[in-house]
Amino acid sequence: MINTQIAIIGGGPAGLRAALAAAQTGAKVLLLDNSDHLGGQLIKQTHMFFGSQQQFAGSRGIDIATRLATELRQFENVQIMLETTVLGIYEDGVLLAEQDDKVRKIKAERIIVAIGASERMLAFPNNDLPGVYGAGAAQTLMNVHGVRPGHRVLMVGAGNIGLIVTYQMLQAGVQVVGIVEAAPTIGGYLVHAAKVRRAGVPIYTSHTVKEAYGDGAVEGAIIWQLDEKWAPIPGTEQDLAIDVICLAVGLSPLSDLLWQAGCQMTYVPQLGGSVAVRNSLLCTTNQQIYIAGDVAGVEEASSAMVEGQVAGLGAALSLGLGGEQAHAMLADARGQLAALRSGPVGEKIRAGLSLVEKGVTADA
Amino acid sequence: MLKSTGIPTKEDLQKIYPSAERLAKGPVAIIECFQRIPCNPCATACTRGAILPFQDINNQPQLDAEQCTGCALCVASCPGLAVFVVDMTYSEQEALIKLPYEYLPLPRVNTTVKALNRAGEVVGQGTVIRVQTPPAFDRTAVIHLAVAKTVAHEVRNIVVEDEANDA
Repeated sequence: MINTQIAIIGGGPAGLRAALAAAQTGAKVLLLDNSDHLGGQLIKQTHMFFGSQQQFAGSRGIDIATRLATELRQFENVQIMLETTVLGIYEDGVLLAEQDDKVRKIKAERIIVAIGASERMLAFPNNDLPGVYGAGAAQTLMNVHGVRPGHRVLMVGAGNIGLIVTYQMLQAGVQVVGIVEAAPTIGGYLVHAAKVRRAGVPIYTSHTVKEAYGDGAVEGAIIWQLDEKWAPIPGTEQDLAIDVICLAVGLSPLSDLLWQAGCQMTYVPQLGGSVAVRNSLLCTTNQQIYIAGDVAGVEEASSAMVEGQVAGLGAALSLGLGGEQAHAMLADARGQLAALRSGPVGEKIRAGLSLVEKGVTADA
Repeated sequence: MLKSTGIPTKEDLQKIYPSAERLAKGPVAIIECFQRIPCNPCATACTRGAILPFQDINNQPQLDAEQCTGCALCVASCPGLAVFVVDMTYSEQEALIKLPYEYLPLPRVNTTVKALNRAGEVVGQGTVIRVQTPPAFDRTAVIHLAVAKTVAHEVRNIVVEDEANDA
């Protein structure tokens, strides 16, 4: 049995920041990640981040991962276990984790779940052909492994992920023949859209994939236009010769562990799916379990990092650690979150959060 | 319109474009940021206070064009690569555009490249005058491109022929 005060599951932007915040209060911290690196999805984010200096705006995700991991490794009260998959959270507060084909038991006083989200699939005929990728997978191939996913790509989805991965494909020398977006407007930041437009990539709003075709692998796709009721318009079909269809149609929080742990869950479309009911310190209905990052609601990495701080400080304070300084840092972090979410692009998140934030006893 | 095409309209551009009088005085930043998003590195990067401090991080940048020298620090620091510098006083016939560029290979100085507009269409050609890649620019190169004055307000990208990538 490994004993710790705060166990953090997931070493992405939220988990890293949670671990740092908790470590600064002197808590004994154990950070677990199922991959062989810290940083989560940051390690393939070659673009500059938005936000303010406090969230490392202007820095590239890849560099933020290195910076946070380096900072964390300086704490003697932090233990990091990589290639460790958490299998379950049990009623007595014991985590079961698999590492090196062995099951390890971990007893933690507080657990912060920061395991992120998974990519959604899109239904269309032949979507099981080789050559249909999630955008995140294509990004991993290119930016982590140095492998191009194909030669001619159709991107599906003009949210930030679709736009950013399109840009990174162009940087990798891959041709993107177009981006289709079912909605009538571009969902991602318009500056990302402008960047791929001036590189000559068309954006087909109010369009979707009718079908993919190919003998054993993707050789093409038919796209067609949608009317104002999102119904396809026959006769508007376009046949695109491509070898990759890249899906960037949204993310869903990875909620399994939280369901299993018995946290009260609720389905909130604005946050991407099922999320745990939580208070403003990100403590779930299981007083031992906190959440941060995309698992708490799909959002930008900048806010995931700040949520990590909130959860890390909240967990530490609940153990009587951190004192005045932790309270001050917490107030600052919550101010940052409010600012990041206060504009028009935060509207969806605000609507979603208003549906899940329950009682605020922790605020008192 | 911008929200459905990704290409700013004339009306969008009018709202942010410096005045003709200011353009006639020399290099100035053109901040093509048309949406309220939580982001402020341009203001942080500006050493002259020409991009006013943000009251709300979601605000769009406000340029005090009289303070701006067109130094291009903001060009390299904008995460959206949405800032350009235009110098209409560069020469009799040509304007100088400073644009952010994150593709390889980088263009070589004194070569001629195709100049693209905001829709990625070729609208002319330009001469690469300078390629800035100091460490502070963090891998966002700033390309100084001389183009005909007639297309200075359209050109926002370049194509660099890459023989190695053609296969």
